[in-house]
Amino acid sequence: MRIRAQVAMVMNLDKCIGCHTCSVTCKQTWTNREGTEYVWFNNVETKPGIGYPKHYEDQDRWHGGWQLDEKGRLKLRSGGRVKRLSRLFVNPDLPSIDDYYEPAAFDKDILVNAPAGLKDTPVQQPHSALTGEPMALTWGANWEDSLGGAHEHATGDPNLAKMSAEAAERVKFEFEKTFLFHLPRICEHCLNPACVSACPSGAMYKREEDGIVLVDQDRCRGWRMCVSACPYKKVYVNHSTGKAEKCTLCFPRIEAGQPTICSETCVGRLRYLGIVFYDEDAVLAAASVTDEHDLLEAQRAVFLDPTDPAVQEAARAAGMPQEWLDAAERSPVWRLISEYKVALPLHPEYRTLPMVWYVPPLSPVLDAVGEAGRDDTDADDIFHTIRELRIPVEYLAELFTAGDVEATAGVLMKLAAMRSYMRARTLDGTVADDLLDGIGMTADQVEAMYRLLAIAKYDERYVIPVAYSKDAAALEAQATANQDCALDCEGGPGMTTQASAESFHLVEGEQVRPGRPGLFSRRADGRRGFTINPLRGGA
Amino acid sequence: MTNFVWTVLPYLCLAVFVAGHVWRWRHDQFGWTTHTSQVLENRLLRLGSPLFHLGVLGVAGGHLMGLVVPASVTEKIGISEHAYHLIAVWGGTVTGLMLVTGLVLLIIRRMINGRVRRVTTGMDKVLYAALAGMALLGMIATVGVNLLGGGYDYRETVAVWFRGVFWFQPDAALMSGAPLVYQLHAIGGFLFLALWPFTRLVHVWSAPLAYLWRPYVVYRARRGPAPSPTASPNQVRDAAREPSVRR
Repeated sequence: MRIRAQVAMVMNLDKCIGCHTCSVTCKQTWTNREGTEYVWFNNVETKPGIGYPKHYEDQDRWHGGWQLDEKGRLKLRSGGRVKRLSRLFVNPDLPSIDDYYEPAAFDKDILVNAPAGLKDTPVQQPHSALTGEPMALTWGANWEDSLGGAHEHATGDPNLAKMSAEAAERVKFEFEKTFLFHLPRICEHCLNPACVSACPSGAMYKREEDGIVLVDQDRCRGWRMCVSACPYKKVYVNHSTGKAEKCTLCFPRIEAGQPTICSETCVGRLRYLGIVFYDEDAVLAAASVTDEHDLLEAQRAVFLDPTDPAVQEAARAAGMPQEWLDAAERSPVWRLISEYKVALPLHPEYRTLPMVWYVPPLSPVLDAVGEAGRDDTDADDIFHTIRELRIPVEYLAELFTAGDVEATAGVLMKLAAMRSYMRARTLDGTVADDLLDGIGMTADQVEAMYRLLAIAKYDERYVIPVAYSKDAAALEAQATANQDCALDCEGGPGMTTQASAESFHLVEGEQVRPGRPGLFSRRADGRRGFTINPLRGGA
Repeated sequence: MTNFVWTVLPYLCLAVFVAGHVWRWRHDQFGWTTHTSQVLENRLLRLGSPLFHLGVLGVAGGHLMGLVVPASVTEKIGISEHAYHLIAVWGGTVTGLMLVTGLVLLIIRRMINGRVRRVTTGMDKVLYAALAGMALLGMIATVGVNLLGGGYDYRETVAVWFRGVFWFQPDAALMSGAPLVYQLHAIGGFLFLALWPFTRLVHVWSAPLAYLWRPYVVYRARRGPAPSPTASPNQVRDAAREPSVRR
């Protein structure tokens, strides 16, 4: 067993109202630069829909993620090492910018500088951010918002193609009547990342301490294999710098113990952040399970129980400080994934072991219950609907359990039972034990789950320990053992430098200089580099 | 003048080539990239880029064979002068045509596609011009002189001079008698080396051969000191509510 910690996320889709606040704050933070106009590290899709970039889930076309070869060995769907190098000159699986959308800019000065007394209202025209030419807006990252244009496009949703023909036909036939929900997506920071595995230069890496997947901007050579290998299409080419960029899980914030900017600003409070312990040696076997329907259980089995003394001992031996062990025990992500088992991974069949999981939405089912003339507050009616109505459940199963309808239905029933249980308890003052038997949970568990899903406060939703350096943890352990002075005593090694989200810098030992114009600027030594400094223009 | 061109200029160019790469690596690893524009345009690239790159690999191999390997060696291993000539001329013509076709496609792509044109830098234009010039001279030498014309045995002059440069004994007399097109191609070649480190051509040195044997998933430890904890909004709020009673 080789224990590692991973910062993971769970999103409760029932609470997503599709406001795109996460997308906007993420863009303002990370991708408001030339070359990344079309890039959304966080985007919110409406499902059913083809997504962003278009049809990204269609792996027959993009060859993203992993698959098993004839001998049952795990290999990248886009091919092995030699095949990849043979495609350096042109990557046949790379989406073009038109598969995302052509970014546009508006000349707002036309409105500001319009002279008084004009007869006609001045209009700002869209101009292509790529060519500067006037253009027509025909697509965007959330063009299908709330099923806009679904009757034209959404039949191309790759998840529909995998559903049973009859159910898919009914969805296609009356889109606006069937169901819709929003799906916020960021990089999955996978345990078995296809992008990292496909990077020819070795510039992409997974951090040992927290599992965040990053691109080393100094080592990326622009071979663009990561873009096509990622089945979620969450690595992008910056066409201005010629390098790959991706969601960083806001690591400067995470290191300082703060949630990512998308979580921090989430209006629906649907995101949960915490660490999970996992066994690195078990990853490959879990990703290589033959039956796709077994993938969910295999992925859950990779996680280690943070309350198990043996696991805690292993974590300490691996150099993790006590705060990390405490955080792992309190992790809302661990509870939702492994204890309550209501969170599911997005497309486990890609075999990347994604680390952003989702509590599937019950609302499409509840809508269907109401439409069928049943009582959407009655657990039995909901159970029956979940069993009988194939459309929302089959669709959700394609998304979260590789088509395993039973697994998805089980989670939905847990959510429905929790809802009815709490309703009975709060309104009637009764304890509906029969509901608990059906889902195999205790009353305490259901109430704790209810609290976590419905009313959890900031500190319960985001349990993020401050980053540590391995050496420091070891030194501290040594110092404590010797009854010596602590690291942070006057003049001790802990007093030398202190970094925070505000003074984060990719290269150690350098001062951040305030007042720099952009993210990529000259460093103190004259090299061009990646600096982050929110205190722009002084301070 | 002849002395300068054939005995001094190569060393100047090689010095710039080496020093330029050291400087570029130390100061601009962020700019060390293929600078891919495939997301912006794919149709012409799909044809042009493999043609150009495979052509370049062939041409580079041909130059290696013609310039570095002495005629005596090829003869010893059983390749007759006539056989060498056939291989060199036809190999050079085919790979050269691939290179030229690919290059023409790529240049057209840079010119007609507005998206790609916008991201084309001044240095890119210099590089394309240099590549086109070198390819033109090379094709005249291979096709014009050796295939269609009377032929010229550069292995007795140009190649000997070229190897001499690396023994620090360049013989200017060998070059001054060579046909003009060979002279220009040789001078151009060294100037091209001097230009190399300042263009996107540096990506050649990053050919990712190590990918063939490295483990798939790369792990790296976080660098830098551990940050100090930052108060969460709740802690800030609670701190404000309890005026320093504890102290």
